Amino acid sequence: MGPKLCILVGAAMLAASCGGEPDTIVLLTHESFVLPNGTLDTFTQDTGITVEVVQGGDAGTIVANAIATAGDPVGDVLFGVDNLLLQRALDADVFVAHTAEGLDDVPDRVKLDEQKRVTPIDSGYVCVNFRPDALGDASPPQSLDDLRRPELAARFVTQNPESSTPGLAFLFATIAEFGEDGWQDFWRDLRDNGVVITAGWSEAYNNYYVGGDPGGERAIVNSYASSPVFEGLFGGEEPMVSSILAESCFEQIEFAGILAGTDAEENAGRLIEYLLSPPVQSEIPLSMFVEPVNQRAVIPEEFTRYATPIVAPLALDPAVIGANQARWTQEWLELFRE
Amino acid sequence: MARTVQGVTDPPGESSAFGRLVGDRVSRGLGIAVLAFIAITVAYPALAMVRRFLKVAGERNAETLSFGSTVDIVGFTITQAALSTLLTLAAGLPLAHVLAEYSFRGRRVVEVATLVPFVLPTVVVAIAVQRALISVGMNFDGIDGSLPAILIAHVVFNVAVVVRVVGVYWRAMDRRPNEAAAVLGSTPLSVFWRVTLPRLRPALVAASAVVFLFTFTSFGVIVILGGLSRSTIETEIYRYAITRNDFSAAALLAVVQAVAVGGLAYLNQRLQGRVGASGGSPARRRWSQTMSWQQVLHAGTVIVITLGFLLSPFALLAWRSVRVDSGFGLDHYAALALRPAVLPISPARAVVHSVVFAAAAAIVATVIGVAASVSAQVSSRLARIVETAVLVPLGISAVTLGFGYLVGFTFLELRRSPVLVVVAHAVIGLPFVVAALLPAIRSLDNGVLDAGVVLGATPAHVLRRIALPLLRPAILAGAGFAAAVSLGEFGASGFLARGRSSFTAPQAVFGLLGQPGADFQGQAAALCIVLGLLVVLVVLLIDRGRSTLGRGWL
Repeated sequence: MGPKLCILVGAAMLAASCGGEPDTIVLLTHESFVLPNGTLDTFTQDTGITVEVVQGGDAGTIVANAIATAGDPVGDVLFGVDNLLLQRALDADVFVAHTAEGLDDVPDRVKLDEQKRVTPIDSGYVCVNFRPDALGDASPPQSLDDLRRPELAARFVTQNPESSTPGLAFLFATIAEFGEDGWQDFWRDLRDNGVVITAGWSEAYNNYYVGGDPGGERAIVNSYASSPVFEGLFGGEEPMVSSILAESCFEQIEFAGILAGTDAEENAGRLIEYLLSPPVQSEIPLSMFVEPVNQRAVIPEEFTRYATPIVAPLALDPAVIGANQARWTQEWLELFRE
Repeated sequence: MARTVQGVTDPPGESSAFGRLVGDRVSRGLGIAVLAFIAITVAYPALAMVRRFLKVAGERNAETLSFGSTVDIVGFTITQAALSTLLTLAAGLPLAHVLAEYSFRGRRVVEVATLVPFVLPTVVVAIAVQRALISVGMNFDGIDGSLPAILIAHVVFNVAVVVRVVGVYWRAMDRRPNEAAAVLGSTPLSVFWRVTLPRLRPALVAASAVVFLFTFTSFGVIVILGGLSRSTIETEIYRYAITRNDFSAAALLAVVQAVAVGGLAYLNQRLQGRVGASGGSPARRRWSQTMSWQQVLHAGTVIVITLGFLLSPFALLAWRSVRVDSGFGLDHYAALALRPAVLPISPARAVVHSVVFAAAAAIVATVIGVAASVSAQVSSRLARIVETAVLVPLGISAVTLGFGYLVGFTFLELRRSPVLVVVAHAVIGLPFVVAALLPAIRSLDNGVLDAGVVLGATPAHVLRRIALPLLRPAILAGAGFAAAVSLGEFGASGFLARGRSSFTAPQAVFGLLGQPGADFQGQAAALCIVLGLLVVLVVLLIDRGRSTLGRGWL
């Protein structure tokens, strides 16, 4: 915008559009984004930058939003793109690179983009949950492979990978575990032995899983590593807490990135650095129920009380996911329609 | 046959008495205004979405979308919507009849109670239906899905449309032709088939069109109850756009859907025809204040069965909402005032936001809906286009509209503005207002309006003092509907980027249901109950105007 036009627009606009960046930035995120009241106010007090949080559906929806509006984005920073969705966002050039201060305190395992177009913020796991007491005479699963046993498959409920994020992560877990040659046989065994597939997490957990509310009769469900934490903290006075099959866990890493086309790149970078700073990172476990990526963060005892440590999660390279996801889900669908 | 029992029928090609009173110029002006509103809020964003999606897709073609599979998808979409509509009519007409024929204490509460499922997020109702069917032993392996389950859920949602649109019309209908037929020796059944049903046609067609298009774009119910093998245009648009990011396939399906909806809306307009039944006659019927025991039995049976069916998901939620650790209590309701760990604000604040949006959306939908219904009364091509166009928003995918707003309204920071949420709610409410009002205007007794003019009143005076009071129940029924639709809306607005001040109650229910923890499940149930009671209260308040029928408008 030229100086003449600025004068025409008026003094207030002039300050905003000609003198540096606007002092309000917009954080576009999914509906599971929660931070304690006041956390973003502290950022405003420290920097003079006001953060407007806008939420629009789940992670898949906001990534589709960012791709559809690429170049003219709804916000300045996007938080919530995960390793399942990362490649399609990178392919669509929705982010600009930014090397965040504080990245040195983050393990290399979660730094999935060498060009630093996204910054890792937190990490959670999609894991098989089960109730040992509801397994009857069947012995508890010790590995992903155990789930194909008839007595366990018949007690298992998971989700359609095309309509559910945990369902998709579980499909990826089986591909990471059994490889291109083996995952379909595993699923055929699940299918033939009576697995139940639901559209979403809520039906699987609350209508079929014995630990749900009101719950069903199945003793094994695909859910999150954080589910037992929720059960423990919000399950009333004497909560029942599920066990985690640690060998089944697929890591879900969430990233933040500066949206290409923003007029507040510098301030956007400062917000990402704030999200990565130890004080905010220490808030993440009890507000979003996932683990911080910054190793200097303090994880509260309340969170670890019910959490199972996941030492060796299953993983797939985002580029491999990006190249194969459509084919895998199609093959999975055809396998069930056989 | 149909024409001969209508009483006063206008010669084809001429405007009704109402249309003549409004005048061609006013009618044309209103029609153009309504079309402009729909062009800006529906057509433009839909085009913007298609254009943008095709551009984003670039040279990547819709690989997985074959002609054959598209035909299958369109076929199932229309089949399930047609079956849902027929079943909803069958389930709703007995109650519409009872509410039209009898006067009793609580009649209005019964009518409004049918709206309760309407405001629950579709996902909640679908989950409840699935749970109920599992508990009666139905086998859901999630693979084949279940058409009966889909239909049941759709009926639960849409009975309110039949009860309200047809019921209000039926109650105002002149009973003299029925009585004449009975006196001349027709059996009650034959009177119903040969006199009542044909005369109800405008309302039946209007209600059917709304139910059809509403189920045509149903999303949550199909995804949850349809398994892996049943998909509709709506669920496929979502799958291609959001799950697969195959934007060209999504755009193609959006076009297919828009063409199908345009055709269906046109068909509806042809079916509705220019029927000028003499219905809302001022020679109003007196309802007897005492009912015979047969009548009490009849009304009681219909009410208990219909409401029992519609409200069973709600009853389960009510039971859940008062169950706490120590037995029973209102702890979950009290907790709604606090922000739970999984939501950005407290559910109570989300409810306040929802009420504000519902009020704003109902006002916009009612103003535009009245203008559309009035402008459709003259006999002109414009009037027919208006009548067709107002139905279209119901049949357009939430993905199309939501993303259309995101890529179309890039100016003036509109994309993050609550104004878009109001607009998204209002365009969905608009067809409900028109469905309630249009048949009512069509059924106005031309003779009464003409008499006013002959006796020397100005057209404006006749409209205000005679037509408006007669139409008031229908206008208010439409406004109540629009408010209810807004309270439960979780479609297009779900794709908009919204600040905390636009976070609504259905989003809060969704957030609470998304994690384990008995506390959250209890609070979600309590919030659903609050929403249900709220819609009854809001609509009863709006409906209060209906009891002053016959007095002045102001």
